[in-house]
Order: sequence, then C-alpha cells, then structure tokens
Amino acid sequence: MNAVTEQSLTRKTGSRAFKERMIVWLLGLSTLAIILPVIAIIYFLVRYGMKAISWEFLTQMPRNGMVEGGIMPAIVGTVYLVVGTILIAVPLGVMAAIYLSEYAGNGRFVRIIRLSLTNLAGVPSVVYGLFGLGLFVLLLRFDTSILAGSCTLALLVLPLVITAAEEALRRVPNTLREASLALGATKWQTVKNVVLPNSWAGILTGIILAVGRAAGETAPILFTAAVYYQVYVPRPTDAGFLREPVMALPYHLYTITTQVVGAPAELQWGTALVLLALVLGMNSIAIIIRARLRSKRW
Amino acid sequence: MSPAKVEDIPVTTVDKDDNMSVKPDDGSGKKVKIFARALNLYYGESHALRDINVDIYENEITALIGPSGCGKSTFLRSLNRMNDLIPSARLKGSVYLDGIDIYRPDIDVVALRKRVGMVFQKPNPFPMSIFDNISYGPKMHGIRDYGKLEEIVESTLKAAALWDEVKDKLHKSAFELSGGQQQRLCIARVLAVEPEVLLMDEPASALDPISTFKIEELMVELKQRYTVVLVTHNMYQASRVSQRTGFFLDGKLVEIGDTEQIFERPHDKRTDDYIRGRFG
Repeated sequence: MNAVTEQSLTRKTGSRAFKERMIVWLLGLSTLAIILPVIAIIYFLVRYGMKAISWEFLTQMPRNGMVEGGIMPAIVGTVYLVVGTILIAVPLGVMAAIYLSEYAGNGRFVRIIRLSLTNLAGVPSVVYGLFGLGLFVLLLRFDTSILAGSCTLALLVLPLVITAAEEALRRVPNTLREASLALGATKWQTVKNVVLPNSWAGILTGIILAVGRAAGETAPILFTAAVYYQVYVPRPTDAGFLREPVMALPYHLYTITTQVVGAPAELQWGTALVLLALVLGMNSIAIIIRARLRSKRW
Repeated sequence: MSPAKVEDIPVTTVDKDDNMSVKPDDGSGKKVKIFARALNLYYGESHALRDINVDIYENEITALIGPSGCGKSTFLRSLNRMNDLIPSARLKGSVYLDGIDIYRPDIDVVALRKRVGMVFQKPNPFPMSIFDNISYGPKMHGIRDYGKLEEIVESTLKAAALWDEVKDKLHKSAFELSGGQQQRLCIARVLAVEPEVLLMDEPASALDPISTFKIEELMVELKQRYTVVLVTHNMYQASRVSQRTGFFLDGKLVEIGDTEQIFERPHDKRTDDYIRGRFG
C-alpha cells in the first residue's frame, strides 16, 4: 500500500484537528453558560418557593398587611391583563402584519415603518408606562384600570406580534399566492384562504412571546393598572369591570420584596414561582396549539 | 363605477380605430382567441419583450420555444396579467382576448384570470386535501353548494385523467401525490373555474418521462375545449403536441407558424440553428 495514501486517510493530530475540537468546546460552553442561569433560576424558585405553595396561597386574599395569606388577587389580575393585552394586540398586530407583508410593497415608507418597529421593540418598558399614563389614564380618562393597563401592555408587545406575524406571512411561498391569484381569487381571498392558514404557527410564536412579556412586566402597569392592595377582586361580569384597577403578580412581587416590612422570604419566592408557572403555563397552551397546527399541515 | 368584468363585455371585433381584425389574414377560417400587438415589457431597465405581435388560435395548442431568458414565460404571464404582481414590470402595447384589450384600465383582472387559467412550472398544490384544492377556485367564485362542488371535483379530475388514481383519497393531502399527479391536480384545479384559455409554463419540466407523456396526452385532449398556450424547453414536446410554434430569442418573437413548417422549413436562420441544436 502506498504510504502517502494511507497517511491521508488516518486521523489527524495536527493543528487543524486541534482547532476543530477547540471550536466545538467553545460553542458547547457558550450554550452551557446560557442554560445554567435558567436552570439555576428554576431550581432556586422551586426549592424555596414550593414551601409557600398551597391551596390557600393560590386562592386566598393577602392578610395581615400582606405578610400572610395568599396571592389570589394578583394571579387573577395578571390573567386579566394578559388576556386584555392579547385581545388588543393580536388582532391589531396581525392586521398590521398582513398589510405590511401583503399590501404595502417594499417602498421607502414601508422600510421606515419596519425600522420604527424594530426600534419600538427596544424602547424601555418604563417609557411605555409613562406614555400609557399620559395617554390612557389621564388624557382618555381610563383611570388606573385593566383597560389602561392592557392598552399600555398591548403597545409594548405590538412590535413583537407584528414582527413575528410578518415573518410568518413572508415564509408562505409565493408560488401558493400565484396559484390562488391565477385561479381568479382576489387578493383578500388569497390572504384569507391560503396565506393566513399557513402562517398561524408563526403568529402563535409571536403571541407566546407577547404573553411572557405582558405577564412579567412591572413598569408599564405601575402607573396604569396595578394597585398595592384591593379588598374586592373585580369579576368580568361586574359593571365597569374594565375600569377597575387590579393587583398583578410582578407588581405584588415588587411590593412584598421592597415595600412591606416583615414579609417572609417564602412568600416572595412563592409569588415568583407562581408568576413563572403562570407564564410557562400560558406558553405551553400556545405551544400545544402550535404543535397541533404544524402536525395538521398537509 | 365598478370595473367592468371581462365576461360582461360583448364579444365584438376590435374598435375600428385599432384597425385590427379578429380573423387572421391567412384565410384559414380559424378564430383568433388572443392576439398581442406591439407588446413591449420592461423589468426596470431591462427590455424583456420587444414588439411582440402574435395571434393565438382557438382550440389549438400554440407552443412557445426558445432558450432560457428569451422572454417566453414573461410573454405567457402577460396574457393573464400575472406580471402585474411584479412591481418593476412595465408594459406597453396591447393584448386582446376575444377582441378586448385586457390592459384597458376598466378590466377586472380577477375576471380575466378566471377566463385565462395558468399551470405553473413546478406543481404548486395548496397545502389542503385533493378535494379542497379542486374546489378552491369554484368556492372563491361563489359556489357554496357541496353537491355541486363534488360534481365539479369529479368531472375535472376525470378531465385531467386523475380520477381513477385519487377517487378513494379525495380528502387526503395533495402532497401525498407524486409530482406528476400533483401537476395533473393543478391542471384539474384550473379546469374547475371553467377557463377558456390555458396557459402552461413548462408544465412537465419537473416531471419524469412517464408523467410527461401523461401531461402531453392530456394537453392534446384539452385542446378540444380550450385554447392552450404552452411554453416549453423541450422542442420535441412542442413538435409532438402543438399545431403552431413560435420561437423566442432575446425578447423577440423570431417567427411563428405551423409547427411542421417551423420544425422542417423555418424561415429564419436563427430558428433553424436553435432547432438543430446549434445553440440554446
């Protein structure tokens, strides 16, 4: 056998092979560095928070100056705000995305809109909070309420929803649009029957991100929706429900960690754990729906 | 005023000012279904179609051949105004369908495309069931009755020679079909909106020889009821199925005539060179 040929086939130990292994290690370690904090957060939340979790904790009002009792009003309030936000942001965002992707073309004006959306996604949430205070609470006289908070949170998550939805719409191959138009379908018929049904999975991704943001943000609801404590938890059937303020988990967490003297740490861990579980729970629902949609794809 | 629909406009000869006749000059007595006059198309700066004048006869297959990028597909897409979808495309000149200029500002493009259907190069079924693919067009045009839709699905699948292969899986995904079956499904889908003209843009170029043969058989069958314009890379396909053949080169229609004449006694040297495989 030719020695040169054999050498060319055997494993290398030179610098090229070394570099290859180093790169794999570097990439792997980077991934680990990202995952570790997440695992640590979940670990500590569960470890210290689980003790607080009980049926009473989830269903009772806070008691004794918020150092005892449950966090039910905050859970319910957060659910109200998230649902309100989604109800406002998703229809608006999806319609805007349809316009941008299907109708607007790619002119200078549209490029400016896209750039603005990217920038809006980077605006600090406290700015949204103050804007919401000025526009919804004061100018439109929504007061501190579910309505004002949902509107403010909707503004915050709209860039997320629009960007995700637009990307999903753009991923639908043009050959399908052409097929539909060539059959004499109108543009809207094409969007409604061919483009949208094939984009829901991607749109849901945007909704998942939006739910997480809306449930977790403190600053936007600080001035627009959240209250420190309330005696009566509003119900959707109440008259004037939307104009009621609510307690909310992130704000409650902020309160009991910084404002309430003598609140046990257990309570704080528990609240954080519930907030995390709530967001993950809502996301799981969306992820299950998305998986269903994907598997139903023909 | 809402835009006039093509079907509402009475079929008449062209305005006298245009000085054009619906009948061809050759005295063959055949009816011209579509004709283009002084058709020029630009993509931005590039001049994609140059002064195209052509008559397309009814109930015939007109094949358009030529090397890649010669403009034959662009020309095809100007017959149902699919080029409207390309923002940079500009068009001058006119295309007449039954004597009506389809680029007139009052023409409803949706109604035009219903009458002038199109089959694309790659099979592009919708991600839906076979049944829903076929019934899509009729539904968009307002047919809601399920029994009627079933009838349409069956008759068009039969017309596209696909019925026997799919009748037991109408509600299965269209993607389960082979490429050749998908393309016949796309043809059936077009037939379901009852067009008068079928534009076919290299409909068999992505298919194996047996599927190609089936598509060709189908085209010959379809010309009894439809006017077919076929763009093809495959000269043998043109010679096998078409009655007339046009040769495109660099955006120009070099010549068009009876298929036999084009393949045996082309007038232009460039046609002769192309057909004999000297280039392209």
